[in-house]
Amino acid sequence: MSLAIARRLDLTTLLPFAATVLLILGGSLFFPQMLGIGYLSQQLQIAAFLGVIAMGATIVILLGHIDLSVPWVLGGAALISTTLAGTGDPLLTALAIPAALAFGGLIGLINAVGVALLRIPSMVWTLAVNSMLLGISVLYTGGFNPKGEASATMNWLATGKLAGIPVAFLLWMAVAVGLALMLHRTGFGRYLSAIGYNEKATFLSGVSTPSVLFAAFSIAGLCSALGGVLLAGYANQAYQSMGDPYLLPTIAAVVIGGTSILGGKGGLLGTVGGVFFITLLNSILSVMQMSDAWRSIIFGVLIITMLMVQTLRGREG
Amino acid sequence: MPEFLRANRREAIAVAVLLFLLTVYLSTHPRGMSTYVMTIWANQCLILALAAAAQFFAVIVRGIDLSVGAVMALTNTIASHVMGGEGISLLGGAALVLAAGVACGLLNGALVVFARIQPIVVTLATASIFVGLALILRPTPGGVINYDLADAMTLDVLGIPTALLITAAVIGLFWIPLRRTGLGLGLYAIGSSEQAAFQSGIQVPLVRMISFGLGGLFAGLAGLYFSFVTTTGDAGIAANFTLNSIAAVVLGGVALRGGVGSLIGAIAGAFILKTIGALMFFSGLPPLAQPFVEGLVLAAAIAIGGADVLRVRNRLEVFAR
Repeated sequence: MSLAIARRLDLTTLLPFAATVLLILGGSLFFPQMLGIGYLSQQLQIAAFLGVIAMGATIVILLGHIDLSVPWVLGGAALISTTLAGTGDPLLTALAIPAALAFGGLIGLINAVGVALLRIPSMVWTLAVNSMLLGISVLYTGGFNPKGEASATMNWLATGKLAGIPVAFLLWMAVAVGLALMLHRTGFGRYLSAIGYNEKATFLSGVSTPSVLFAAFSIAGLCSALGGVLLAGYANQAYQSMGDPYLLPTIAAVVIGGTSILGGKGGLLGTVGGVFFITLLNSILSVMQMSDAWRSIIFGVLIITMLMVQTLRGREG
Repeated sequence: MPEFLRANRREAIAVAVLLFLLTVYLSTHPRGMSTYVMTIWANQCLILALAAAAQFFAVIVRGIDLSVGAVMALTNTIASHVMGGEGISLLGGAALVLAAGVACGLLNGALVVFARIQPIVVTLATASIFVGLALILRPTPGGVINYDLADAMTLDVLGIPTALLITAAVIGLFWIPLRRTGLGLGLYAIGSSEQAAFQSGIQVPLVRMISFGLGGLFAGLAGLYFSFVTTTGDAGIAANFTLNSIAAVVLGGVALRGGVGSLIGAIAGAFILKTIGALMFFSGLPPLAQPFVEGLVLAAAIAIGGADVLRVRNRLEVFAR
């Protein structure tokens, strides 16, 4: 086991972690409070929202596909959970989180129908699903911010602490470990990378490739929905287009973490590093009171730099 | 003739759907068919058509460009600074705007060809940079475009909307000649099989760079035309146009796996998408239901395109798609 882990800890996976440490050390030269426990624990909490979503995205990208329905799966889950919890009815409040997760899983299945059965490119199909979800939510809310509030459980999951560690971070780690076990200890994990390398060969080896696609997309849907529940618990409400700022950073976190966008290569640990890097980068840029324009430019330049380093390393190895 | 139709059935279907939708639109429009109605419609369609053309040059070589909207935003904000003058300065301004578009495209191309990063990730990152630059140029919407020029580009010539004349020029004077050159063939060859193209002696890096440059040029044209229609600069237009440009090329029969489809199809797809939106505006549908119906129509159109899969005889064929 320890050998297997050591083998997986290659440089590609470690790079985003190293870059994160550099960010913290560099930032602490200007803002000494960045090395404080309070600041770092807050970053763990904020990273968890992006992190949970990125776990699901990693699974889909390992397949060689992509899920662009993240924004409105997230938004829809937040909407459903806050609406149910906002009724005040104890039974409906208890159902808030399961209903939101079920919604995410269901959308994942719909994504998989298009991708696995109709063979529509995932980029287009999940985009269409996303715009339908947007339409449904506009129809339902009338375009206003919906009423409703988060339940106590959702608040606790998003902002609570266990032994000084944010609950959201622990939840993210639980999801990551669960999925990592699935990737490395079950056939499903092997089929996932195998399809990413060569779907035809995997099918010819007797694997029911559509079932793998269905499982992967519903996991991604569940993760996005969980992210929505956490964000709703954090903001204590759902709001229009709350998921939009999460789509691109999610993909960026996955590819910075060394997962190939073509599928087959990569893993969850790298994505965890990518999530840390992006969260801290955002945080430092906002602490420095950088304008949106410059944040956007620096963000783009750093992502390209990280990718160039990753690709150059890949060519040597 | 049937041979010609069979060879170009993707474009033929898209154009037929477009003509049907346009007929419905003009017959349901409260003011009926008039130059005014046609001009407004054609202007909106042409903006997206130019964006779709930009997307087409990325998709045809088996890439994707997530920065189309961002380049439009950047060129639109540049235009709002340099296109407010008179006479000859407008020509220089337009050249500057288009040069900026080409430069954006070549930057994408260089990162794909020389740094060997996947197009989808490259353009994701450069889009962030371009939007940032656009925000520096125009933190809030504003600026001015020369009204005479804007009018000339967005009204009509002898009753024919200028936008339709521009569309015809792009197809007749640019695409059809290009398709017959070695470069046009090279685009398709690389999209179908990069390795086979390389082994046939096609200069893959060069053709790819040109393809990205052309994509940037068309994104710049889209930003420029957007400036003529709105006469202001706005850095916040990116997201919408990127996603719609992808939807448009798919509706127009351009395959995302590369090597299949044509610029005519991409432009027809853009016109279809905008006509559906315009149709809904006058259809009496509750405004709140419109985004949903639009998404539904998009999904249905794409699913019909995917229905080919029901006809395959051998299950293995689906993996080659």
